[in-house]
Amino acid sequence: MSGETEIQNLKSRDPFAEADEDSGQTTQTQEYIHIRIQQRNGRKTLTTVQGIPAKFDHKKILKVIKKEFACNGTIISDTESKGMGEVIQLQGDHRLKIKEFLVDDENGLGLDEKTIKIHGF
Amino acid sequence: MSSDESTLQRRASRKSVQFTDEKIVVDADGSVTTITTPDDDTKETAMSHTPPPADADGAAPVADPAPAADAAPAADADGLDLSLLKKKKKKVKKEDADAAGDEGAAPAGEEGIDLTMKKKKKKKVPKEEDEFAKKLEALNLEGGEAAEGAPEDEAAQEGDMDKGTGIWAHDETRTIAYNPLLSRFFALLAQKNPDHASTGTRSYKIPPPQCLREGNKKTIFANLPEICKRMKRAEEHVTAYLFAELGTSGSVDGSRRLVIKGRFQQKQIENVLRTYIIEYVTCKTCRSPNTELSKGENRLYFITCNSCGSRRSVQAIKTGFSAQVGKRRKMKA
Repeated sequence: MSGETEIQNLKSRDPFAEADEDSGQTTQTQEYIHIRIQQRNGRKTLTTVQGIPAKFDHKKILKVIKKEFACNGTIISDTESKGMGEVIQLQGDHRLKIKEFLVDDENGLGLDEKTIKIHGF
Repeated sequence: MSSDESTLQRRASRKSVQFTDEKIVVDADGSVTTITTPDDDTKETAMSHTPPPADADGAAPVADPAPAADAAPAADADGLDLSLLKKKKKKVKKEDADAAGDEGAAPAGEEGIDLTMKKKKKKKVPKEEDEFAKKLEALNLEGGEAAEGAPEDEAAQEGDMDKGTGIWAHDETRTIAYNPLLSRFFALLAQKNPDHASTGTRSYKIPPPQCLREGNKKTIFANLPEICKRMKRAEEHVTAYLFAELGTSGSVDGSRRLVIKGRFQQKQIENVLRTYIIEYVTCKTCRSPNTELSKGENRLYFITCNSCGSRRSVQAIKTGFSAQVGKRRKMKA
């Protein structure tokens, strides 16, 4: 065996390491991205997206989304959302659009559709 | 908001759960009736043995075994029945529904399986049975060469199946035509297995949620206890799910109605209930709604299916992130 080829099995990998770091392969299937809707006063609503993998830059995502959906939004950080990670919050009902964005390979994140859950009515 | 919903993806699974009290029933003779059974058991829909699409107009696919008769090796009796059936379609439509029920047993070649409890008759054209038979015979005579041996054959195929008279007599040796036999088969089948009719459709029906508006900002979900009873789920569980999904809160009022904060339409509640049923009621293996939710060991909830015995764990209801809505000052206080 030359030094270049490595035996895959002998590679030590920490199974408890944060999965998000590298490829996201080891993310548990249960790690869903939740898209929720909340009613505000009148016909107004909020859309919240929770659980976008940390390998993505939330700020950049928000920037793109805001432009594309023509809405305002904000990122709610860990401290405010109480241990639910960073949450993207958008003004208006964008559940479908955001899902398409998350799934889209070319202009979106290219995530698996199965990991996305849309809540609400 | 509501317009977006129609395209919401989970709508795909809509078919499996329905919120109707009205059922369209297609009879064997092609007449379509709408039954209103407010509180009837989940599923007694069309008992037609043909796979659904229930066209609303009677002109559409008649659920009779004509093709089958076609395919059967043509004895002269078969040829006769075939011609007869083609002519008959028009007539049967206006046939009085009750008469149609009678005919099911009679030799006229209909396979009326009438399990319908109530019927709304489309057209009331009262007709005597023998008059009908006469007309049939007349048609047979017109029916060309196939109908040559018809009249006496048709006349011969008479008798009461239940009483065992005529051709149905025990010591009768004449051969019985295909259609009477078929009608007999279905009549017997329906008689012996009343619940067969229900397995035709897979839909699971619960009463539609009744939504009232209380004031401007609250919605009352009136028949939650009833729905929970039908689904065999604890009200608290359903309530918790509703609140988690809708991202609101609420309470139960004096007459056990659920008061939800926020404006919701019946359609929206329906959607949430539908997902609830898919998630927490139906068995994933056999899709039966006959399941029980129980708290198993170590705080997990399990669904046990009563019809196939499978058991699966379900996720606990999680509220997830909910943004702060309303005035901040109020939140602090």
